[in-house]
Amino acid sequence: MSKLLEVKDLRASYGAVRVLHGLAFSLDEGGVTTLLGANGAGKTTALRALCGMVKCSGEILFEGKNLVGRSTEDIARLGVAHVPEGRGTFTSMTVEENLHLGAISRSDKGNIQKDIDKMYDHFPRLRQRRTQQAGTLSGGEQQMLAIARALMLRPRLMLLDEPSFGLAPLVVKEMFEILSVLNREDKASMLIVEQNAALALGIADEAYLLETGSIVMSGPAKQIGADENVRRSYLGY
Amino acid sequence: MELFTQQVLAGIATGAIYACMALAVVMIYQAINHLNFAQGEMAMFSTFIAWQFLEWGLPYWLAFILTVIVSFVAGVAIERVVFKPIENAPVLSHVVIFIALYSVINSAAGFIWDFTVKSFPSPFGSSPLFGSSLISAHQGGMVAVTLALLLLLYMFFSYTRVGLAMRAAAANPASARLVGIRVSWMTALGWGMAAALGSIAGMLIAPVVFLEPNMMISILLYGFAGAVLGGLTSPGGAVLGGFAVGVIENLAGTYIPVVGSELKLPIALVVIVVVLVFKPAGLFGRVVVSRV
Repeated sequence: MSKLLEVKDLRASYGAVRVLHGLAFSLDEGGVTTLLGANGAGKTTALRALCGMVKCSGEILFEGKNLVGRSTEDIARLGVAHVPEGRGTFTSMTVEENLHLGAISRSDKGNIQKDIDKMYDHFPRLRQRRTQQAGTLSGGEQQMLAIARALMLRPRLMLLDEPSFGLAPLVVKEMFEILSVLNREDKASMLIVEQNAALALGIADEAYLLETGSIVMSGPAKQIGADENVRRSYLGY
Repeated sequence: MELFTQQVLAGIATGAIYACMALAVVMIYQAINHLNFAQGEMAMFSTFIAWQFLEWGLPYWLAFILTVIVSFVAGVAIERVVFKPIENAPVLSHVVIFIALYSVINSAAGFIWDFTVKSFPSPFGSSPLFGSSLISAHQGGMVAVTLALLLLLYMFFSYTRVGLAMRAAAANPASARLVGIRVSWMTALGWGMAAALGSIAGMLIAPVVFLEPNMMISILLYGFAGAVLGGLTSPGGAVLGGFAVGVIENLAGTYIPVVGSELKLPIALVVIVVVLVFKPAGLFGRVVVSRV
């Protein structure tokens, strides 16, 4: 399998505080990679660096193109869809308008309505709420809307920041099932940042462990999940 | 009763002026989430440009269209040159620039065209409308143009992709970038559209109040009052608010003895304060519902 994303020596800082100290990770075409780590390890910053929301140095090769220094909107137009922490939905707009916005940079206008219907099939709850303001949805529904909106871009790569954040265990389970279906059936490549390591390792092919801005361990997800020592010292379960 | 009807009609006629301006105010508010204090002066300057075109002998409608285009381009240019460099600055910096623009444009107009009052032609003529002496053909035309602009704006924001992208860029710039919207160009487009709308308002207002560099000062205030009354997020509300302010002003001037014609302007301020206290989103503004 060819590499869809290859990150080398990624460094970023907020003012004088260095947050990432030279990360290197990669993602296969059609694969799922997860970045794990505790609060403050730099997971969110790594994702934000990938889509141009934080200044960074190093190399981020996406389909051979370096993303470092590109603007967020250009990166989105290259096919990178980011589902940010806290979801970033357009709360004052309706569910359907949010989905339309996800596809706003696409040029194949004819297929958009078809894709919206597809999203409603994946997430039937959104169909019921299509004319409702997104801010009135429950946390789980908003997260689903955020994922659906990202999919509307027909992304080559999806970046998911803490998709389980603030959701009830049942909802989380349902959502990861949907993500796994999307990965299998639509061949969506995903980079998932999670604190809930067990869940993320269940869906991922590759895993990287982050500790205060550096990668301390990496490998196939199964192997990392099975390693007793790793589990106890880093994953806490 | 006759007096009352007369005053209401006259109020609607003046209200058309405010409604036109309120529409431009709402337009810029949709794009940048601020009120632009220089909006009235921009409209005044555009009207002078139209006047200049007419002086050069251009036919009215050609001058009209050219002015709208020039104003649109100038609006975009102002955003690119003046506001783009300070896009991350706090609100107060923007307010200072608005005020600076206000006086720069005002002085520039006085410098170029001097401060003498000029008359500006109306495309609709000034004959009475339907034989009524209360509302002239020009005022009727203004009401019609305002409503037509409103309809166009509504369709633009509700049914076009660019309109949707503009709303998204204003509501949540960070998320808008993540879906690939070029936010700063949306802002520039908003400025251009507001400037174009303002130029139309200016050209329609000038035949009523006469053209001079200070023509917009009180009108902008009424425009703000109309926009706040109707709701800054609602173009339709703003237009209705503009008409309402015109009617309120006229009725108050007639029936409240102390008000008279001298105290009409404070009525606009009273309307702003009362609305902000009791219904901060305006009568028709969208109250954003959110779960906590």
